[in-house]
Amino acid sequence: MKVLMFGWEFPPHISGGLGTACYGLTKALIKADVEILFVVPRMFGDEEPGSIRLINASDVTVDVRDEVYKTHENKISYMEIDSTLLPYATEEEYYHLVEQLESGVSLEQLNLHTQKFKFMGGYGKNLMEEVRRYAIVASNIARDNEFDIIHAHDWLTYLAGIEARKISGKPLVVHMHATEFDRSGDNINNTVYSIEKAGMEAADMVIAVSHLTRNVVINRYGIDPEKVITVHNGVEPSRDNTSVSIKRHVDEKIVTFLGRITYQKGPEYFIEAAYKVLQKDPNVRFVMAGSGDLLPVMIRRVAKLGMATKFHFTGFLKGDDVDRMFGLSDVYVMPSVSEPFGISPLEAMRSSVPVIISKQSGVAEVLNHALKVDYWDVDAMADAIYGVLCYPSMHKMFRKYGKAEVENIKWDQAGMKVKNIYKRIMHT
Amino acid sequence: MKSICFYFQVHQPYRLSSYRFFDIGAHDNYFDEYANRYIMQQVAEKCYLPANEVLLGLIKKYGKDFKVSFSISGLALEQFEQYAPKVLKSFQKLADTGNVEFLAETWAHSLVSLKSKKEFSEQVKMHVRKIKSLFGQEPLTFRNTELVYSNDIGNVVYNLGFDTMLTEGAKHVLGWKSPNLLYCSAANPKLKLLLKNFQLSDDIAFRFSERAWKEWPLTAEKFVSWIENINPRDEVINLFMDYETFGEHQWAETGIFDFLNSFPSLAIEKSGMQFKTPSELSKVLQPVAQLNVPYPISWADEERDLTAWLGNEMQDEAFNSLYDIESKIRKIKDDKMMRQWRYLQASDHFYYMCTKWFSDGDVHKYFNPYSSPYDAFINYMNVLSDLVIRVNKQAVRKPKRKAAGKKTNAPA
Repeated sequence: MKVLMFGWEFPPHISGGLGTACYGLTKALIKADVEILFVVPRMFGDEEPGSIRLINASDVTVDVRDEVYKTHENKISYMEIDSTLLPYATEEEYYHLVEQLESGVSLEQLNLHTQKFKFMGGYGKNLMEEVRRYAIVASNIARDNEFDIIHAHDWLTYLAGIEARKISGKPLVVHMHATEFDRSGDNINNTVYSIEKAGMEAADMVIAVSHLTRNVVINRYGIDPEKVITVHNGVEPSRDNTSVSIKRHVDEKIVTFLGRITYQKGPEYFIEAAYKVLQKDPNVRFVMAGSGDLLPVMIRRVAKLGMATKFHFTGFLKGDDVDRMFGLSDVYVMPSVSEPFGISPLEAMRSSVPVIISKQSGVAEVLNHALKVDYWDVDAMADAIYGVLCYPSMHKMFRKYGKAEVENIKWDQAGMKVKNIYKRIMHT
Repeated sequence: MKSICFYFQVHQPYRLSSYRFFDIGAHDNYFDEYANRYIMQQVAEKCYLPANEVLLGLIKKYGKDFKVSFSISGLALEQFEQYAPKVLKSFQKLADTGNVEFLAETWAHSLVSLKSKKEFSEQVKMHVRKIKSLFGQEPLTFRNTELVYSNDIGNVVYNLGFDTMLTEGAKHVLGWKSPNLLYCSAANPKLKLLLKNFQLSDDIAFRFSERAWKEWPLTAEKFVSWIENINPRDEVINLFMDYETFGEHQWAETGIFDFLNSFPSLAIEKSGMQFKTPSELSKVLQPVAQLNVPYPISWADEERDLTAWLGNEMQDEAFNSLYDIESKIRKIKDDKMMRQWRYLQASDHFYYMCTKWFSDGDVHKYFNPYSSPYDAFINYMNVLSDLVIRVNKQAVRKPKRKAAGKKTNAPA
């Protein structure tokens, strides 16, 4: 069985859960004897594909006389009017990418019959243009390669999936890692929404990362429930634990928020809960790690509540710093307003850190050994934080069962489920 | 001729209100008055009143051939008085027939037998007094919370004046022996033991409405024929279960009330069986063997041990913290605090903290008002923390007052 897979990011160049999830799933599928051709818009040269065959979309030559080229390029000029479109505009990566960009990358030099697109990757200003061009390239890749099934991850690759299906006639699976409603609340971007909808409608099967997401797909996109299947994400097994040697320099207990500081992640609820806890127990420190568009607002709020000596901002954390942060934490809180899955609590639990997660997260569906609260219920959140810090047996329980539970949430299971979905489509 | 012994457990805890950590030190409204009243009234309508009606009818019809026994926890009795006096009257009506035995238990439906002899005997005495005053009879038989029993507990119970006790017919204790005979304690042979036939009891209590069960639907004919086919040397079939089985765990629509009526009728009329009370059986039967139970057993789950209530870190922390304040709370002699402390001893609170149900039965989930054992633990500990603070404050205040009094006296 051979699968043509379209992704948008690949480790180490990831900005969130999507790249990690694609990587984990792909590895598990390969283990399950599924052959994968993984297409990314741009390769940076330092990817570690292991046994995954990566195709760099930036290397693919396209013919401008092709029908697929015309359809999409025409739409691009239309799309460019909407120049403020920034689906992941708050990504830390975005800023880095912009800095890296040369001033005059001329994407408009299109007067040749054949050409290659220079994809930026990431989530820049020309995202929609790139999504369209990715579809053009996809059509070419699909024409030139042999495979049985197409699998597209998130809306960015759905047009690519649709084009690949059109030209090859092979079945299409689309994977919903996040919906537009998760990213934007109710102020959705209609273009993104319609690409998501078109992708799911064109697909033979839709995979949702949680029941929560499955419900959104059915209720808000009107997709036939029969073809939407939940496959929960897995988590990578622990790396060698270096966090053991981490030294604490403060006596207080540490409560951590780690993630993008955006609407979706609910940072303000964490701050309000922190305030309640500090009023009762001053021997606690709170850390908000990450960056995002709401960061300035959050800093002002903390200052206004007069708790800045107990509430700290670290900015964006990467790699080892993330592990170090977990190593210092007594509780990890994920107060997401809307989280299709949410892999970070699993990473915290892997480091034996007790977690408090919002009920509005997909990961809540797979965890028993976690405290679950409604994201808006600041009282319950504060109470949960206080409980974990104050009653010693809670720590013991989470240490004992939490880690074991996480180690059982494996990508291999997800891989098997996805493989079964492939089989089912191929036999119908 | 085989006898049948029906014993029904009646219990309702005082459920806790949602008590946050910022309530600690602020107020002591620990119990959810609304929920407790509502649930009691619901269960009264769905279970206690209609089931009592059926039993009363059977007693009237069959006279001495139909007898039953109840153990009603002190917390349930108190809530009858507060929220459902009709239920209490209907139990009193049953008591008046003379065909109903009321058993003794711990007042608070607590697990105190595992922790404190003093508090245990005090709660048993409280319960005995209450039964006497409400039903006009002196309990002769003891049943411990969740049928918890061990050699040591048996000894304590015997010393409190009981010569019969009920417990579980746990396989790992009985081995090849039958539960359908009278036994006595190995540690104290004067204490007789009646053992629950869990197979037949659970057929009614848990499996009655389970459509996937191959014996569904369970009819009186079928059930009586099973009992008839039991080894002829067996003497008594002990059917022990929660009274809430009737109408609450098994809804009226399942036909459970018809069964409650038709099973005894058929057993008495067709098979000539008699329904007897524990103290009657203890008098007429001879113990066939001694039972050695060094480690406590109970009627819960496959293991028939204590792990539904105690054993995980949270349950142990909560249980130990609860009894850590025993001596202080005794010294203070504050009625309200004492009552609160006892309400907090109900086994239910520890049951809610059980993590076994992540893999184990749905039974746990059904009875648990909390969405997770962690939530249950935090809420309980918040309440207990407040009580501990209040107790400590009082304990400090009392001697101080004396000292202050002396000082003012001194110059004069």
